[in-house]
This record gives sequence, C-alpha cells and structure tokens, in this order.
Amino acid sequence: MGLIHFLTLSAFLFSFGVYAIVTRKNAVMVLMGIELILNSANINFVAFSKFGNFGLGGQIIALFVIILAAAEAAVGLAIVLNIYKTFAEVNVDEIDKLKE
Amino acid sequence: MTLYDIIFYLFAFIVVLSAGFVVTTRNIVHAAFFLVFTFCGVAGIYVLLAADFLAIVQILVYVGGIMILLLFGVMLTNKITNVDIKTGTSHLLPASIAIGILLGLVVSVMWWTPWRSEITVNPITTTKDIGTLLINDYVLIFELLGVLLLVALIGAASIARRDKE
Repeated sequence: MGLIHFLTLSAFLFSFGVYAIVTRKNAVMVLMGIELILNSANINFVAFSKFGNFGLGGQIIALFVIILAAAEAAVGLAIVLNIYKTFAEVNVDEIDKLKE
Repeated sequence: MTLYDIIFYLFAFIVVLSAGFVVTTRNIVHAAFFLVFTFCGVAGIYVLLAADFLAIVQILVYVGGIMILLLFGVMLTNKITNVDIKTGTSHLLPASIAIGILLGLVVSVMWWTPWRSEITVNPITTTKDIGTLLINDYVLIFELLGVLLLVALIGAASIARRDKE
C-alpha cells in the first residue's frame, strides 16, 4: 500500500467533484462538488506528508484547507440564499441577467 | 494482502461509491446524505495515513458543520411542498467523456511518476505536535485564518440577512 493508491483515490474524488460542478444545475450541488474537490486535495496533502517525509506540515495545511472550506461554504450558501431571494431560482444556468 | 490494505480498500470503496452516488442521484437530499458517507470515508483514510487529529476535525467540521449548512441551503432554497427535491443536469455525455479523459490522464501520470517514498514513523498521536507547530511555525497563518473566519462569519450573516423594508 503505497503513495500511489492514495493519489489514485484522490484523483477519483477530484473527477467526481469536477463532474458535479459541470453537470449539476442546482447551486447547492455545485457547492457539494467543490467540497469533494477540497477533500481530494486534502487526501493528497496528508499522503505526501506521510510518504514524502515532510513531517506534519501537510497535515497542518490540510487543517487550514478544512477551515477555508468551512468559510467558503458559509459565504457560498449566503450568496445562494440571496440569489434565491432575488430570482426565486437556484439553477445556475437560468441566472443570466448579465447576459444581453 | 495485509489488514491495512483491506481497510484501505474498504474505505476507498465507501468513498468512491458514495461520491459516485452524490454526482449521479437526482435527489439533492439523497446527495447530501451520501456526501456524509464520503466525508466519513475520507476521515477513515486520514486515520490510515496516521492523521488522527485531522480525522476527528474532518468529522466535526465537515459532517457536523458543513453538511448541516448544505442541508439548510437545500431546505431554504426549495419549495418544500414536494417531498423529493430534484436537481436538473446539463451536458451529461460531453462532461462524462471529458471527465473520463481527465481522470485517465491524471491517474496515468501519477502511475508513471517515480515518487519519492520514504515511510516515516509518525508519532502515535499527532495532536500535541500539531498544537506545537500551530503556535510556532504556522502562527501567522493561524492568526490570519482566525481573522478570515470572523470576516466570513460577518460577511455571510450580512449577505444572507433579510432587509427590513
């Protein structure tokens, strides 16, 4: 069980996250895809930290990523709520007021 | 195949399967609950990587915090009159092809790269060392993140607040 197995797992998670962002219309589902991508990045950080002999630095960066994910989710959902209040709609492909 | 490998494949299976359900189910509430399984599986992967503190933080913050936030987002932005809350999809086929190509590229590059791999003996518990590092080497980032969380808290509250007309 080496580094490569963990990297492959995180690659799968990353692909699923990108797939969710690209195909889902609901803004909350897009946020879920972002969380998947952040998790895959975290697995990479921790795996490199363990197998690359970097001490605990990777784990601390992963901790910071979790904190940033919490902040991002809070602000993102506030924006989604405000969009819903304004347009009565959360599908990202129908909010195109800026388009001529 | 050691016990470590079996546990890894178990958690990897949970993570990949539930993440697959998250991106394929059309019911948003189901997707949110499958996301809980994904986060718990990732926490198990952290334990396998000798990151026990991180695993607990993952469960506390993701499952306990972010998931509740996402569920509130689902509940507040849909008309709850119908029980199943659907999400539309777009560009399924081109997205699947593109993501398949991306996954194949990334994984093949990973398998061809000669990674430096030195197994280090991590301390049994990492909490004390993480705490020491947080207030020594990473103290600036630590304080900045505190400020950032405060800014995000105030910003989210002021954005989401209903104006009194």
